[in-house]
Amino acid sequence: MTTAQGTAPATTADSITLRARLSRMTRRGRGAQEDGGDRGIVSEHERGRGGVRASMGAIHVFLFAGLVVAGLGPLLWLAKAAVTPTQDTLTQPFALWPNGIDWANLEQAWNDIHIDQYFLNTIWVAAGSWFFQLLIATTAGYALSILRPKYAPVLNALVLATLFIPAVVLLVPLYLTILHPPLIDTSLLNTYWAVWLPAAANAFNILLVKRFFDGLPREVFEAARTDGAGPFRVFWSIVLPMSKPILGVVSVFAVIAAWKDFLWPLLVLPDPAVQPLSVRLPAVQSQTELDVFLAALAISTLIPVALFLVFQRLFLRGAGLGGAVKG
Amino acid sequence: MIERDAAAEALPRHPGPSKPSAAARRRRRTPVTWVRRGGLWNLAFLAPMLVVFGVFSWGPIAQAVVMSFQKTNLITPPVWVGLDNFARVLSDPNLGTAVLNTLYFAGLALVFGFPLPILMAVLMSEVRRGKGLYSALAYLPVVVPPVVAVLLWKVFYNASPDGVFNTVLGWVGIPPQPWLQSSVTAMPSLVIEATWAAAGGSIIIYLAALIAVPPELYDAAEVDGAGIWRKIWHVTLPQLRGILFIMLILQVIGTAQVFLEPYLFTGGGPNNSTLTVLLLIYRYAFQNSLGGDYGEATALSLMLAVFLGLLSWLYFKLTDRWSTN
Repeated sequence: MTTAQGTAPATTADSITLRARLSRMTRRGRGAQEDGGDRGIVSEHERGRGGVRASMGAIHVFLFAGLVVAGLGPLLWLAKAAVTPTQDTLTQPFALWPNGIDWANLEQAWNDIHIDQYFLNTIWVAAGSWFFQLLIATTAGYALSILRPKYAPVLNALVLATLFIPAVVLLVPLYLTILHPPLIDTSLLNTYWAVWLPAAANAFNILLVKRFFDGLPREVFEAARTDGAGPFRVFWSIVLPMSKPILGVVSVFAVIAAWKDFLWPLLVLPDPAVQPLSVRLPAVQSQTELDVFLAALAISTLIPVALFLVFQRLFLRGAGLGGAVKG
Repeated sequence: MIERDAAAEALPRHPGPSKPSAAARRRRRTPVTWVRRGGLWNLAFLAPMLVVFGVFSWGPIAQAVVMSFQKTNLITPPVWVGLDNFARVLSDPNLGTAVLNTLYFAGLALVFGFPLPILMAVLMSEVRRGKGLYSALAYLPVVVPPVVAVLLWKVFYNASPDGVFNTVLGWVGIPPQPWLQSSVTAMPSLVIEATWAAAGGSIIIYLAALIAVPPELYDAAEVDGAGIWRKIWHVTLPQLRGILFIMLILQVIGTAQVFLEPYLFTGGGPNNSTLTVLLLIYRYAFQNSLGGDYGEATALSLMLAVFLGLLSWLYFKLTDRWSTN
């Protein structure tokens, strides 16, 4: 894990054609492999010196303690408070169950706040956003990068231009579009289309996928075409299977963004029956007893944290890659 | 496809307006040649993007510009009012408050939130064993859904002496703080939570950038007799310059649009001390008892967008330059 975390973006980047952007990382990754030595700021020689060793040891102890308190502390407290009666949480927030454990909180949160239903809604929002983002990014990326009609540069520029427009500009007109969509006569309010489709209009995804496709070897497509493969077959059987790394990155970004979104679903999903957790939790706060509410928060945190712990490397690589892509 | 186009281009041009030859006719783009060259396939692959971007991105952006010059309330037909919306926004006494608060938030977030992840990443990069554990711990707050994080911190910020943070302060002899209840401490409280929630992501990005620093540079610096601090100052930080600047711009773009924290923590209070620009836009459009003032809301969002657009243009120019280097 130690070095894997560090070099993961570099070595996997070899298969990814973000290579230009990642070249500096790869250089380091390869260099480290060739030399067999991996060094940072502090040299072996300096590590040997007593004073340096002692102060680095002290720094690491503080660093570790700080990370445990800041990273894990709030979650542990939440886990404790989830099964603690309200009065104990309010009067002795750090006492470990002075008046016993209240397991019923969890059950109440699950049944009375209907966490299960809102959780399903959240998954539904995320799954649809993921699907439509991938659909748009791959088809558009394929058309703009590989089919490349004469007018492709114009479209490409129009897509890129939206990157410069901050989301806030879209807020009101997009809301009005959802209320009165063109051509169809019904409002999209309270339907998941209202979340999925605007999420799919993501220029950053298209940029990422198009750049990746740009780097794929053209000869393969030419060979397939001579063998009689049509544009769809090239797309489905050749381009997509070659693009798993970038599809993974776009997927992670899409799911995380959908999971975190608050303002947009709040606006277009006013009906509680279809709201995701992020919108529902603040709404139920005032009518819920604190201990049950904290139990609800704990349950809503449990799943993303569990997913993170299982797919840790994917998450961290995605986050690091995000930086590499941004950088 | 491209080759075929090139071949068509290379065909000899026939001078004079005499009868068009077969080659010239083929060069003319008739619908049949267009279809044969895969024009329909191109459109089929572009269609999803064209529909989604047309309806949910390009259309609304154009509409935003139109709406900022109109009075729209969805009930009566829109009326052109010229620069009226802009004038009303600019004369709104809340605008100054919102702009100053947003700048205050962005400034505090820079002071608290910008150097901390750099420092953490530099220290973490020197950890030999269990680096993965350190990264995981640092990233954990990012995984917590932002809404859950804010609601949890709202409990932490309980202003009673028995509140979570006030208890901790009590251990070291500091009197209880009002946190979200006072217009002085509310904004810093928001920033502390926002920093906690975002630092992990930045740390991971900096760690990836630190790995990319060529080790030869450190070797060379040591040959020149540089100690640890000089290596950090003269090698590490200059090598991170690019990513530092990008993260700075991204942070400013992000904090200028802060909404979640003020909306959920304080609703803009107390005394409008946490009213941000985005919250003001939201109020104009969606929390107006007289019905949404969509014109005013879009006018303000356009003004904010021009400012942010300049920043993201700068960001794009820089990343483009660095990526081609």
